[in-house]
Amino acid sequence: MAEEVVLMKGNEAIAHAAIRIGVDGYFGYPITPQSEVLETLAEQKPWETTGMVVLQAESEVAAINMVYGGAGTGKMVMTSSSSPGVSLKQEGISYIAGAELPCLIVNVMRGGPGLGTIQPSQADYFQTTKGGGHGDYRLIALAPASVQEMADFVKLGFELAFKYRNPAMILADGVIGQMMEKVVLPEPRPRRTDEEIIEQCPWASTGCKGRKPNVITSLELDPAVMEQRNLHLQNKYAEIEANERRYEEIECEDAEYLIVAFGSCARIAQKAMEHAREEGIKVGLFRPITLWPFPTPEIAQRAKQVKGILVVELNSGQMIEDVKLAVECNVPVHHFGRLGGIVPDPDEVVDALKEKLIK
Amino acid sequence: MKHEIIIAGFGGQGVLSMGKILAYSGLMENKEVTWMPAYGPEQRGGTANVTVIISDERISSPILSKYDCAIILNQPSLAKFEDKVKPGGILIYDGYGIINPPTRKDIKVYRIDAMDEANERNMAKTFNMIVLGGLLKLMPVVSTESVVKALRKTLPERHHHLIPMNEEAIRIGMEIIKEA
Repeated sequence: MAEEVVLMKGNEAIAHAAIRIGVDGYFGYPITPQSEVLETLAEQKPWETTGMVVLQAESEVAAINMVYGGAGTGKMVMTSSSSPGVSLKQEGISYIAGAELPCLIVNVMRGGPGLGTIQPSQADYFQTTKGGGHGDYRLIALAPASVQEMADFVKLGFELAFKYRNPAMILADGVIGQMMEKVVLPEPRPRRTDEEIIEQCPWASTGCKGRKPNVITSLELDPAVMEQRNLHLQNKYAEIEANERRYEEIECEDAEYLIVAFGSCARIAQKAMEHAREEGIKVGLFRPITLWPFPTPEIAQRAKQVKGILVVELNSGQMIEDVKLAVECNVPVHHFGRLGGIVPDPDEVVDALKEKLIK
Repeated sequence: MKHEIIIAGFGGQGVLSMGKILAYSGLMENKEVTWMPAYGPEQRGGTANVTVIISDERISSPILSKYDCAIILNQPSLAKFEDKVKPGGILIYDGYGIINPPTRKDIKVYRIDAMDEANERNMAKTFNMIVLGGLLKLMPVVSTESVVKALRKTLPERHHHLIPMNEEAIRIGMEIIKEA
């Protein structure tokens, strides 16, 4: 059977993908620019077909703690929100990371700080990759640059979350959430049965008749034990860093200059690259797909051949810190960003490239 | 081929839905498409615009600096987008409410009095399809058949009886668009 190509918004793709891959529960609270996730789920009524639970919680805090509870039973559970709402979820995310539970969180970023604006932004890069909540934990962070990737990363996010028993986040922005593009949705598969969950998740709280109880907690008052638990987490994070870096390189082979950008900015930067190449400027585009783990060695390698790097973001300079760490001052690294919900057009990026790198 | 189009006007004029029908029509022809709205708190009465790209190849940015064609449905949008039409490109505007018409000489300017026509014929709801007809006359981005297919696909069945009226609107648009 030929794959069915459909046209939809990034937010809608998240909802459809979640139903099709057999997600057990979605808990959310509406906020622009991601409300279509919950709206689409409500329209689709998956509780009548797959049995998926869809619940509008009383707040973002409630939603993330419902996710915590669901994840503790080995179910595939998720939530979505936008920047101010994701700030509210941070305590829960830290607990879930501490208890080593798998789940998927979607952040369709808008401009901040505070209640900010409903327009697109990438200013939650630090929050996503450097903590957000308290404690030495890491989130697996996937940055989609298309509606297709919004759909694909629901599946990938859950795969990685279960593989490492760690929360995963899709870090999108208003552009990717609101735009419509062609998408092929994942093949439908049934939700896992209780028996399958018991078999696949021996750590989960599934009823302990005939076995020792599984205790799901992030609390440990003995510092010696807590240090061991932290060291275990760090070993796991090192394994993720070694195995799960993802990125895309476009026209980098002959590049003399490099643009590094993720998500919607990578799309805009690609057009800027096309314009610059028409003028004879040899620019390549490096797009980190996982923001954590960051593709540090790959950027360092590509940096060796270029005269300068421009990091393009919808913020005042956040991912640039990771790019600088990667290239260790061997190449000049500059930043171009628009703030507060303003999205640059490709010509602005070309101008920044000329002004900051080529001069 | 690649067509980079902006449609801009007041919220409530059907700007976004016109773009959506255009994008769906591109999908019907297996083209690559992007539909990027300037989303915001504004609804009826505010300004609204949408960028639609229809291409034979993978599309890079859904956000553009310059457009092959601008469809302008009010004065504020003309001020915002006249300069952003590529030299040699096309600007289509509805004369209703436009006090200061476009002035550029290096682009092709067309006028379509779709608002007047729609009111006269009691077809206010298909105003945007009249404008779409005008666009398709000048730039056969997609075929009328694909537009009808797209309407069948996107409209709920209870509204399918309105499709002939929309086809008629496209035909009217093709007739009344003229060089400004």
